[in-house]
Amino acid sequence: MSELTLTVMRLGFLAVLWLFVIVAVQVIRSDLFGTRVTQRGSRRQEARTQQGGRQAAPPPQRGQQQPPSGGGRSRRGAPTKLVVSEGTLTGTTVALQGQTITLGRAHDSTIVLDDDYASSRHARIYPDRDGQWIVEDLGSTNGTYLDRTRLTTATPIPLGAPIRIGKTVIELRK
Amino acid sequence: MSVVTNTTTIGAIEAPSRRNTELALLAFAVAIPVFAYLNVGLALDGEVPSGMLGYGLGLALLATVAHLVVRKWAPYADPLLLPLATLLNGMGLVLIWRLDQSPRLIDLAKRSYGAFSPSAPNQMMYSAIGIAMFVGVLLLLKDHRVLQRYTYISMVVALFLLLLPLVPGLGTDVFGAKIWIRIGGFSIQPGEFAKLVLAVFFSGYLMVKRDALALASRRFMGLYLPRGRDLGPILTIWAVSLLILVFENDLGTSLLFFGMFVIMLYVATERTSWIVMGLLMAVAGAVAVGSTASHVQSRVAAWLDPFECLKTAPESSNMAYACDQMTQVLMSFGSGGILGTGLGQGNSDLIQFAANSDFIFATVGEELGLTGVMVFLLLYGLIIERGIRTSLAARDPFGKLLAMGLSGAFALQVFVVAGGVMGLIPLTGMTMPFLAYGGSSVIANWALIGILIRISDTARRPAPSPAPNPDAEMTQVVRP
Repeated sequence: MSELTLTVMRLGFLAVLWLFVIVAVQVIRSDLFGTRVTQRGSRRQEARTQQGGRQAAPPPQRGQQQPPSGGGRSRRGAPTKLVVSEGTLTGTTVALQGQTITLGRAHDSTIVLDDDYASSRHARIYPDRDGQWIVEDLGSTNGTYLDRTRLTTATPIPLGAPIRIGKTVIELRK
Repeated sequence: MSVVTNTTTIGAIEAPSRRNTELALLAFAVAIPVFAYLNVGLALDGEVPSGMLGYGLGLALLATVAHLVVRKWAPYADPLLLPLATLLNGMGLVLIWRLDQSPRLIDLAKRSYGAFSPSAPNQMMYSAIGIAMFVGVLLLLKDHRVLQRYTYISMVVALFLLLLPLVPGLGTDVFGAKIWIRIGGFSIQPGEFAKLVLAVFFSGYLMVKRDALALASRRFMGLYLPRGRDLGPILTIWAVSLLILVFENDLGTSLLFFGMFVIMLYVATERTSWIVMGLLMAVAGAVAVGSTASHVQSRVAAWLDPFECLKTAPESSNMAYACDQMTQVLMSFGSGGILGTGLGQGNSDLIQFAANSDFIFATVGEELGLTGVMVFLLLYGLIIERGIRTSLAARDPFGKLLAMGLSGAFALQVFVVAGGVMGLIPLTGMTMPFLAYGGSSVIANWALIGILIRISDTARRPAPSPAPNPDAEMTQVVRP
């Protein structure tokens, strides 16, 4: 066997070995970064469409079609989404499009809290005329906390401040 | 007005079964050893070796059987464990076959035993038994939590296995280390199997006792010191492993068991103090025994300076023998360089005794060079990583500890052998998992992979979908 062939085979074999390691690591990669994003709203929308009646224009599309130019909402630094950062719903996000968001255990809330410490209509989050987002406690049993203080009146929400309802924590983010 | 808008949930991906990924990787893992056979044959004789087809088909058959069993009985198992183990086993077969072709080793065998018998066919048979063991584990062990019931029985079995080589007439003394037993022509290394059984005992025991070991402690100089009476278990294991060291003359086995216990203790209690104490106790024990036992002394001398020791040691003594081996191994690694001499073109057979078992990593070092050694260490590292990943994903504490203990034992074994061969720690007679020649090691490690695959199947299996709520159709939410 010629020297050249052997050298090529030797280097080729090392390359193949490394290739195997790289392929194996690629397989691991999917384990590390694998997350799944589910559109909960649209799924519920579909379910309702199947039930017939009440075929309002799907709000997700409306949100995308409206350029964020009108009103005070497009101010720089205005929050665009609401994120659940702790609790059973961790990871859930809701896009803020000027609508009122209700929180509670009641099934028709925007965010249905599966939390023993939450009341059925616990709190609501809504924009005032200036586009400033306000949180208001709806007379809940265990209270709504902004940072560490229990809410007594409707209060503006600073960006990133934690709103605590039972074991659930919600934040507004850009 | 509709209430729900863009609501999204970000959750962990529902792990697909990944069996096809496994199959593709497995085909790759069988193709590499076949390529290696071709490489060795071309380098040694200049022609395609006659046994290539046989070994290739044999390995492919074993891999296919293992894959089909996993596909049927552990469909959500980790896709990497089986291909990695298959590749290491296949490469081990190639390296053993390559050393079988060496005229020097054939000569040595003829001089020592009167006849030479090739090791590769035996290793092929052991691999087949190993795969059978793997299949057996997956078929019989439907749920790893069953093992929890046998916590204290496992302790007794493990002690029995560990003490077996000391039984007169049964145990055999192979160059100082008494870790073998001989039953009707077969040599068995019970320690390899004791590793698995002991992991079961440790996980069952620590799962129950970990709160006592973790919480009852005083803080002293930033370390949590456990109460005196909680020191019982670690002291017992320490004493047992020292007894193994003294009576069986085997540093590797005793380090493996003590290290495995300390790793699992740390994982179970999250107390760094156990690691500190474990290291101190291991060092103290090793120094105490090392300064008295002559067998260990020669190994230490060969580790500190093999070339000097070769000059000073008395002719044909045990120490000269150990030092000679060590010098050959170091020269072997050195002559490999970065890229190696190429398969079949090295002189690692100069190591002579145990070239294809304890010292097989020197052949990797010489013929595949640093590049190849790194690949092999990475392959072992990936198996260990998958094991620890399985431990993280497992939902029950017993499974977590068991997966952690098994991968920890595997890691320690690789460290003890590779470190010993490369001169990082004193050499001990253990086998490189899957790579080295030896039936017990191959069979026990296939069983280990089987248990890991069983745990990872349970851990990665998607949760069953919730039962349909009978109220859902009866009630409707009416929105204004």
